[in-house]
Amino acid sequence: MGVLVLVPLTVCLALAALTAFLRTPALCRFSGLVAAATVLASGVALSAAVLAGSIPTAGSLLRVDALSAFMLGVVGAVGLTATWGGLPVAGAPAHDWMYSTLVTLFLGAMSLAVLADNLGVLWIAVEATTIATAFLVGHNRTRRSLEAAWKYVVLGSVGVAIAFLGLVLLYAATVAAGRPTLSWIALTQGHLALDPSLLKVAGALAVLGFATKAGLAPMHSWLPDAHSQAPAPVSGLMSGVLLSVAFYAILRVQAVVDPVLGAGLMRGLLVAAGLLSLTVAAALIIRQRDLKRMLAYSSIEHMGLLALAAAIGGTLAIAAALLHVLGHGLAKSSLFVVSGRILAAEGTTQIADLRGLLTRRPVMAVPYLVGMAALLGLPPFSLFFSEVAIVVAGFQRGLGWAMAVAVGLVLVLFAGLARHSASIALGPASPGLAEPDPPGRSAPLVLALGSLAVIGFTAGPLPLLLSQAAAVLVGAR
Amino acid sequence: MSANLFDQLIGLSAGVLLLTSVLLVWKRSLVAAARLLAAQGVALASLVAVIGVFDHDRQLVAVAGLVLVLKGLVLPWVLDRSRIRTGAVREETPLMNTTAALLALSLLTMLAYLVSQPLRVLAPGPTTAAVPVGISLVLYGFLLLTTRRHAISQLVGFLLLDNGIAAVAFLTSGGVPFVVELGASLDVLLVVLILRVLTSRMTVKFGGADLDDLTDLRD
Repeated sequence: MGVLVLVPLTVCLALAALTAFLRTPALCRFSGLVAAATVLASGVALSAAVLAGSIPTAGSLLRVDALSAFMLGVVGAVGLTATWGGLPVAGAPAHDWMYSTLVTLFLGAMSLAVLADNLGVLWIAVEATTIATAFLVGHNRTRRSLEAAWKYVVLGSVGVAIAFLGLVLLYAATVAAGRPTLSWIALTQGHLALDPSLLKVAGALAVLGFATKAGLAPMHSWLPDAHSQAPAPVSGLMSGVLLSVAFYAILRVQAVVDPVLGAGLMRGLLVAAGLLSLTVAAALIIRQRDLKRMLAYSSIEHMGLLALAAAIGGTLAIAAALLHVLGHGLAKSSLFVVSGRILAAEGTTQIADLRGLLTRRPVMAVPYLVGMAALLGLPPFSLFFSEVAIVVAGFQRGLGWAMAVAVGLVLVLFAGLARHSASIALGPASPGLAEPDPPGRSAPLVLALGSLAVIGFTAGPLPLLLSQAAAVLVGAR
Repeated sequence: MSANLFDQLIGLSAGVLLLTSVLLVWKRSLVAAARLLAAQGVALASLVAVIGVFDHDRQLVAVAGLVLVLKGLVLPWVLDRSRIRTGAVREETPLMNTTAALLALSLLTMLAYLVSQPLRVLAPGPTTAAVPVGISLVLYGFLLLTTRRHAISQLVGFLLLDNGIAAVAFLTSGGVPFVVELGASLDVLLVVLILRVLTSRMTVKFGGADLDDLTDLRD
């Protein structure tokens, strides 16, 4: 089993190295896709292994519990949607070698982040994604993408450096307790006598740092710039994978801090960040003029909801949060892929310039509308179930007032997103001929959105995996 | 090494760390900034070496060598190369004048002492007594990042922040585990190299690296 843990890491690294050195067109075209498929396959295989009762490990640094296996699956599934959907049209020039190498490295780093048991290694992997995505954000080499890349790298690395300071203090607390370690399992189950006042500072700094990377307000300002300037598949990867993995890091830190300090500190921080994120997103989506920035603010909204779910705690809220991570990742990466195709076809992502897409370009408008319906949390898509479950859990566990505010803000966001989407899809069609879409380009979107429509109803392994993954965190409390 | 000498050497290294960072905030010259950071890197390396020798920890002495090469030589060198590329000599338009910045420093230093109180109570000793210096460096780094508007100054701020975190790590627990230390150092080096590339692209596109030019993206 231990070998399986190493598969996604070695495959991603090997593919990245091959692409960087050989630079053949086939490698440049497919390395990201193959890497994502490998990560997904290993995620599924590891989930099966975990459900069968084993805990695969590799060395002392990697350890796969139900939460890790699930998150690896999310990285793979979202990565597959983004890389497959982002494949250039047949005949068009492939991505350059640097783009493909960096996307592959990004997927490898994200896999390492979720597979790591050591919080220090988790931190290194999260920081490595900043490095991998910096040039992807600046890939178009325009003034704007340069500006976005600069803000992203500075804010991202400073934020993550703060998280590192938190981990350093956490390590100091374990040194004082007599068992120096950054291993998550030792921290949560080793019965270490961690000093509460030191742990308070350490936990707050770590969560603050990872929250920067997760795009939670008020540290979100890099996010709309980076998401709107990066190439569309990269925006999808950042929104669906990077933010979720940073959120995952927050969950792991929370599970270390809460048993010692009680839930109060983390709950306060996360409720504040969650509600603030929802407010910021609501205020800026209403009068948003750019499609990709609108999608970026919607990511801030969903990260806010996830922060609230983490604040609520308990099996129901955490399981719902994890389902929401998967649902948001698939819906958002599909939407970014579509936005990339719209940009390629129309030459703009300004909402005011995109009218009547449904009549002019149904091959783009239909997946856009379906993806948006999923993102807005309409049934039968899984986001409906996860959002309802989060709200119910909130009322059950004494955060009713926060839930009431959140539901109000989500309704405002719903109205804003629906209005913009209606104007893009419907509206009077400006002249412009519909071009037939090359065959096969809808397959990844159909797959992603189709699975979103059914996973809310499935019985069997997925709910079991979700509840086990939630138990990993809740059990530690 | 006697305990008394250890105390003094730790105090000396920490003093140099604090002095260089105050000078970094005081001086607006970007030429001096690279030299000050190099001096700070050497002070940090000697701090690590002193702790390593006192604790008879060979690994930590090796880490001291790594710190010396990375923070004393490579990073300041990269910083200076990027500065030459942008053609800037000093920070022209900080958001805060020097007097106000120095006043802010004293407040931040007090804050650092307050924040590190739990650590000093938990494990009293010469190294934890110096922890507030590390925290001060982090806070000064923040000050530079928020008040300086040149790309190179922001890079200086980031490196100062990073030195502060490293100092806290070595002073509290003799450094994080070796694997993590290695990965973190590599990450910092790559971030700085990336920022260097972005700075030179900015110089080509904007004709300078003043961040006030970055105003295209906003809502």
